[in-house]
Amino acid sequence: MSQAATDFGAWRLALPLAGFFALFFLAPLGLLAAVSLFADSELSRLGLDQYAKFLGDPFNWRVLGDTILLGFQVTAATLLFGYPLAWLFHRVSRRLQTGLILIVILPLLTSVVVRTFAWIVILGRQGIVNSALLALGLIDSPLALLYSHLGVVLALAQVQMPLMVLPLITSLGKLDPNLADASAALGAGTWRTFLRVILPLSLPGIVAGCMLTFGAAVTAFITQSLIGGARLVYMPLYIYQQALTLQNWPFAAAVSIIFMLAVLLFVMLFERLGQLSRGYAHA
Amino acid sequence: MRRATIDALSFHVVMGALAGTTLIVLIGPTLVVLITSFTNSFSLKFPPPGYSVRWYVALIDAWQIQAAALNSLEVALLCTALSVALGTAAALAIARSRSRLARALDALFMSPLVLPSLAFGLAALMFFSLIGVPLSFATLVIGHTVVGVPFVLRTTSASLQQLDPALLESSASLGAGGLYGFRRITLPLIRSGMLAGGFIAFMASFDNVPVSLFLSDARTEMLPIRLWQILENSLDVRAAAVAGVLILVTVVLVIVMERVSGLSRQMR
Repeated sequence: MSQAATDFGAWRLALPLAGFFALFFLAPLGLLAAVSLFADSELSRLGLDQYAKFLGDPFNWRVLGDTILLGFQVTAATLLFGYPLAWLFHRVSRRLQTGLILIVILPLLTSVVVRTFAWIVILGRQGIVNSALLALGLIDSPLALLYSHLGVVLALAQVQMPLMVLPLITSLGKLDPNLADASAALGAGTWRTFLRVILPLSLPGIVAGCMLTFGAAVTAFITQSLIGGARLVYMPLYIYQQALTLQNWPFAAAVSIIFMLAVLLFVMLFERLGQLSRGYAHA
Repeated sequence: MRRATIDALSFHVVMGALAGTTLIVLIGPTLVVLITSFTNSFSLKFPPPGYSVRWYVALIDAWQIQAAALNSLEVALLCTALSVALGTAAALAIARSRSRLARALDALFMSPLVLPSLAFGLAALMFFSLIGVPLSFATLVIGHTVVGVPFVLRTTSASLQQLDPALLESSASLGAGGLYGFRRITLPLIRSGMLAGGFIAFMASFDNVPVSLFLSDARTEMLPIRLWQILENSLDVRAAAVAGVLILVTVVLVIVMERVSGLSRQMR
């Protein structure tokens, strides 16, 4: 490295952010872990009681299970509908590409509260879906889509769609177009070429998209609480209720730690799948 | 030959139909909000029975909503400034280094992106109450900055990695000092990365609920929390007008940032 490069890249420049993160990110997280180890909300006795309390109650397992299930359902839905859009992106003119990418990015930068608000209007008793179904005579009375698990999946799939589409667009853009031609020249049909060549080679993008979407879907407090209502409890709302409504800090801290570990576990699982798939794609 | 056509045709129909559905679903809800915001009724019925701008006019007197918007704007601006300063400096130090420490720091600085921010908000609240710092504007800005830094770090690191080291070497060999070389060569080249990252951090901060819920004091109301509460309790139609304003501002800002910094390339 030359003088100038090492000068501007001096490691000292990372110190302010490292200090900032040590103080305002690592210390709070350490404290969160410490508080979760207190047996009572007066913080007087140490013990694993909060974890035992969480793991001993089937209600808590259901909340955790519902949240993870929600994450997988949203991820599957965004993959099914997002992949074709990423595929289409590489088959249109440059001008259209700019338009498409803006359509994908705009929702990502629009307020989540605003985007969720749209789904309240769409799914409500007087909403578009119910009005259309009633007008078509398919139902006699409005469906309770708002405040249902299905409603949360639908809304979240739309809200998180860009997180799936963007890595897929990048990944599909790196594919050598000659590969599809070669596959066709060797006699493989369009479906076969897609399933055996394009899909496996885009696995890194799929994995990246799934990781982002899953992580965002399980932690999406606003959309979960507004579309799910007070009856459908997912992990973020549970933490919020325990911490701010009930002021039970040790239990809220333990639930947070368990939730973080669960999210981390699944994100790492996706990452591991990604590594395996890279080996598969190269084989 | 005929089977080949059916094969290709069915593939394109299925992919096209799915992609078309996704496009409609991506745009539709935003349009629904925009149309609803021009309703003349007291409900959020769609389509509205009639159209007017009464709810936008009603915003002129909605001082609570205005105050909340101003708070959110101030916090977002401060958070963006801090995120860009800290994030760019850190990117300069670690983006081009392969050392283990640099990789570890990078992973640390990016981790707020995957961590549930509600859990971080709770942790930060406990931390500030333990060290005896009362909640204030400052605690809000600090919390938002932790969540905003990864966006700046990612885009700035990406533009640094594309930078040709030969440029810096030639500037140094011509006698340009470190800071001079930085200002004249490095800064212009990573400017769009910094702008795009700063913009995303700004939007994320302005829209943040999970961290603000824990770190704002009782007097400071933030716009997204106010909107969230309106939607949860009263379904006040003014919320639709606020949403309309936010959508229009976002569209304008995104188009401007696309021109200035090539935003869409930075986000991929």
